[in-house]
Amino acid sequence: MKILVCVSNVPDTTTKVRFSDAKTFDSTGVQWIINPWDELSLTRAVEFRESIPAVVEKVTVINVGPALTEATLRKALAIGADDAIRVNADPKDAFAVAFQIAEAVRNDGYDLILCGIESSDYNGSAVGGMLAELLDMPNLSAVSGLNITAADVMVDRDIDGGKEVLKVQLPLLLVVQKGIAKDARIPSMRGIMTARTKPLVVKEAVAGDTYAEIVGFDLPQAKAKCKMIDAENLAELARVMHEEIKAF
Amino acid sequence: MEFAYTEEQKMIQQAARDYAQRELIKDVLERDAKAEYPTHHVKALAELGFMGMLVDPKWDGGGMDTVSYVLAMEEISKIDSSVSVIMSVNNSLVCYGIESYGTEEQKEKWLKPLARGEKIGAFLLSEPEAGSDATSQRTTAEDKGDHYLLNGTKNWITNGNSASTYLVIAQTNPEKGHKGINVLLVDRHAPGISLGPHEDKMGMRSSDTHSVMFNDVIVPKENRIGEDGFGFKFAMKTLEGGRIGIAAQALGIAQGAFERAVKYSKERKAFGTEIFNHQSVAFKLAEMHTRIEAARLFCLKAAWLKDQHQPYGTASAIAKYWAAETAMYVTTEAVQIHGGYGYVREYHVERLMREAKLTQIYEGTSEIQQVIISRAIFNEVY
Repeated sequence: MKILVCVSNVPDTTTKVRFSDAKTFDSTGVQWIINPWDELSLTRAVEFRESIPAVVEKVTVINVGPALTEATLRKALAIGADDAIRVNADPKDAFAVAFQIAEAVRNDGYDLILCGIESSDYNGSAVGGMLAELLDMPNLSAVSGLNITAADVMVDRDIDGGKEVLKVQLPLLLVVQKGIAKDARIPSMRGIMTARTKPLVVKEAVAGDTYAEIVGFDLPQAKAKCKMIDAENLAELARVMHEEIKAF
Repeated sequence: MEFAYTEEQKMIQQAARDYAQRELIKDVLERDAKAEYPTHHVKALAELGFMGMLVDPKWDGGGMDTVSYVLAMEEISKIDSSVSVIMSVNNSLVCYGIESYGTEEQKEKWLKPLARGEKIGAFLLSEPEAGSDATSQRTTAEDKGDHYLLNGTKNWITNGNSASTYLVIAQTNPEKGHKGINVLLVDRHAPGISLGPHEDKMGMRSSDTHSVMFNDVIVPKENRIGEDGFGFKFAMKTLEGGRIGIAAQALGIAQGAFERAVKYSKERKAFGTEIFNHQSVAFKLAEMHTRIEAARLFCLKAAWLKDQHQPYGTASAIAKYWAAETAMYVTTEAVQIHGGYGYVREYHVERLMREAKLTQIYEGTSEIQQVIISRAIFNEVY
C-alpha cells in the first residue's frame, strides 16, 4: 500500500497575524510549521509504515508551494515519511492546490490519500473534496480514526451523537480531523539525521486556473473585557447592566 | 558572521520544545515536590535520541553538533532542569569522555548503550574534601597488576542511583600528585559499591544525587581510559565541554523565568494598569532580557568553537559563569515581579530560582570559572 499525505505549510499557531496591505498577509518573521491536522495524519500513516511495513510500503508527503516550504517537508521526512514532493507554485486558492496535487500524483498509484480537514491559516476545508473529485477517487470526510491491517482498512467517522465504523475499499481519499492520532509525533535525532538524505522531488507546476480571489482581510475584534463583580454585590451588578451595558 | 540557525538546528530546537512543553510540564511540579526521578521522561528522551545526541552515529548516537545541543538544553531547561541535568551529564561528560578518549572496545561495550540512552552514566569526580580543588583526590585505585582496587567516597553524584555506568576519577600514584590520577569505567552494580541516601536538595529535586562508596571494588585494567595518569587531564578536558551543557541549562532556566515574568506582567494589574506599563517592571524586564541575550551568545560561541574544533575552554568558562549568574539574577527578579505569587510553587518561578542556584555551584563554581577566565587573561589574551 502506498499512502500520500498532503501537507500544508502554515504559520505557527502562536503567530501574531499582520497584513502589509488589505489583501496581503505579512509573513515577516513568521515561523512556518506543518498544518496541525496534516501532522496528525502523517503521524498515523508513519505509525502503520513502521508497525506493518509489509502492508504499508511507502508514505509520501506532498506540498504545493514555493521553496521556503521545503523546511516543512524536511520535517515531515524527519517524522518518518519516505519521500517528499514539492510542486513549485504559489497557489492562490484551494482549487489551485487540489489541481496541482492531482496533476502531480495522478499516475503514481497511491492507494490511500490523507488530507487534513482544513489548514490552520485560511481554513478553507476544500482541498480534500476537490482532490478526490479531480482524481475520480471515492472519499470520506470527518474521519477521526484509521486502522490498517494486512486484511482490511477500517475508518472511524464522527456522526451526530456518536461514531460510525466503516470497512473501506481502496483506493480512497480521507479527509481527517482531530482524533486520527493522539499527538503529533516529535521527530527523533535519527529521523532528523536521515531526513537529510531522503528524496525531496520538485515538480514544476502545470498551467491551471484560479477561481477565488481574496479581496480583503479583517482582523477579529479584540475580545471584550471581563469585569468581575463580587457575588454578594447585586446592586453593583444591576448598576453595570443598567448604566454601562444598558441591558435595561 | 552568520547568526541564523540551520533548518536542522531549528528542527532539534522545536523537537525539544515540543517535548518539554507538552510532556515535562505535566508533572514537573509534582516530581519536584516528591523528589521523584523522571524515569518515563528519560526513557522517552532516549527514544528521541536526546540522551546521546552528540555521539557519532557510528556509536549509535544522534550525530548532532554542539549548537544543536545548546538549543535542546535551553528548551528542556526552560521547563525542567532535573531532566536536563541528567541529559547533560550523560551527553557532555560521560558519552563525550568515552568517545573522545576511549578505545574502540570501550566504545563498543560502554558507549553504545549510553548513546542509545538504554543506560545512563554518571561522572564521579567530587569528593567530601575535593570539590573545586579536584587534584586532592582521596579515592584510590590501587594497581594490582591485572586490575585496580578502588576505595573511597564520591560526593554529589548526579545519576548516582539511576546510572549503570560510572566514570570514576581516582588516585593511583599519590606521589605523582595529579599526574597519578586515573579514570576508570565502573559497572554501578559491581560488588563493593554502596550508595549514601538520596540527597534532599534545594532544587533539581527530581534528579537523583547520592554519595557513592567504594570498598575494595575490583576494576579490570582494560576499563582504564587513556594512559596511566591520564585521569586528571581527562576530567579537566571533559569538564570544558560539560560547562557548555550547564551554561545552556542556566540559559534555559533564565529564559523560562523571563517568559513567565513577561506573561505575568501583561496580565497582572496594579494602580489601574498592567504592571508591564510601570517603568520599574519594564526596566527589570529590559535588564533581564539583555543579560539573557548575552548569555545565549556566549553559549553559542562556545558551542560553535567546539564544533569548529577550536580551543573553547575559556569561552565555555565565560558562558558558564555568565549564564549561571544571569540565571540567578533573572529568576530572583522574576520572583520579585510575581510578588506573592512568585513565592508559591504553582507559578514555577520559585522552583526556577532554586534550580538557578545550583548552576552557580556545580561543574565548576562561578569562582572557579573566574579562575579559568583570569588565567586565560594572564596567559593567553594579553
